[in-house]
Amino acid sequence: MCTTISDHAAVSGSGKQGGGWFRVEHAHLAYDHPSHAAFEHALLLDFAGQAGDRPARLAVELSLDSARRLAEALTRTVEAAEAYERKLDEQARAGVG
Amino acid sequence: MRTTDQYEGIIAEITAVPAGGDYVHAYLARPAGPGPYPGMVLFHHRPGWDDWYMETALRFARHGYVTICPDLYCRFGHGTPDDVAASVRAQGDVSDEQVVNDGRACVAYLKALPYLSGKVGLFGTCSGGRHAYLTACRTTEVDAVVDCWGGRVVMAPGDLNDKYPVAPIDLTKDLSCPVLGLFGNEDRSPSPAEVDRHEAELNKHGKTYEFHRYDGAGHGFFYYDRPAAYRAEQAVDGWTKVWDFLARHLG
Repeated sequence: MCTTISDHAAVSGSGKQGGGWFRVEHAHLAYDHPSHAAFEHALLLDFAGQAGDRPARLAVELSLDSARRLAEALTRTVEAAEAYERKLDEQARAGVG
Repeated sequence: MRTTDQYEGIIAEITAVPAGGDYVHAYLARPAGPGPYPGMVLFHHRPGWDDWYMETALRFARHGYVTICPDLYCRFGHGTPDDVAASVRAQGDVSDEQVVNDGRACVAYLKALPYLSGKVGLFGTCSGGRHAYLTACRTTEVDAVVDCWGGRVVMAPGDLNDKYPVAPIDLTKDLSCPVLGLFGNEDRSPSPAEVDRHEAELNKHGKTYEFHRYDGAGHGFFYYDRPAAYRAEQAVDGWTKVWDFLARHLG
């Protein structure tokens, strides 16, 4: 590894690869030499899981600036979604909605 | 010097090299002839056992070297090179010990071939440059090593772990052959300051080396398949330095 920057998150959901969906179980992150993007280093984000009996991967290679924008947008969206979920829970407990 | 009426041919294929009770896949490319030819082991870079390394093996073969390029990620499974490299990243990288063992196994494999001259060199770029240098410090069976912009030859103590237990620079006293180093002055890993430290360590131990440093080049300036990294002028000169160095030490 040309850098030692890497991280991992267990995730659950689905990803689409080619024409088919697969179950996503892991998100692997690294900052290292990309395979395709035209940068010396890129934020490498892989969603990995199984498509039937075969390993599957959805890969993106992002510039550091765009990775920061993605992280901020992801955080904003997650916070908005969590607020929405809390509101639904409160309405359910109050018997409205 | 090649002339246009001269026959030449290359034989190239994937083979399996016995390595520590296991096998490692390797691309073997060699001139079509009885030899004897010197040998080269190529250590691929971080993006994996990719087309650039296959094509570079062919290039070495055209220049008269029996060339073997092992898939250093072979034990992590198979798929497209970038998928396998991603799997290696996710599993925390290949260990230095595994790479050195595979490198030494490839040297032994080459030396057993009937068309080999007996001399073998090592070549690598990026992490492969580091691996080539590391291997040259841990065997006495090679005659030359080419380290192209190998990052993390110099390592901070905090970067060492069970997979990288020793910084390659700290093995310099055991380096058993001459080293050619090619570096870009705009590279940040290795930085010019790290190249300086490496050079000082080679001097300290009285090792035979040549370092060439290129202005206007960063990391990976040989990579014609990476337009952002490729520097044609520096690459042409760098390859000339490679052929000259290998001819002197393996010829």
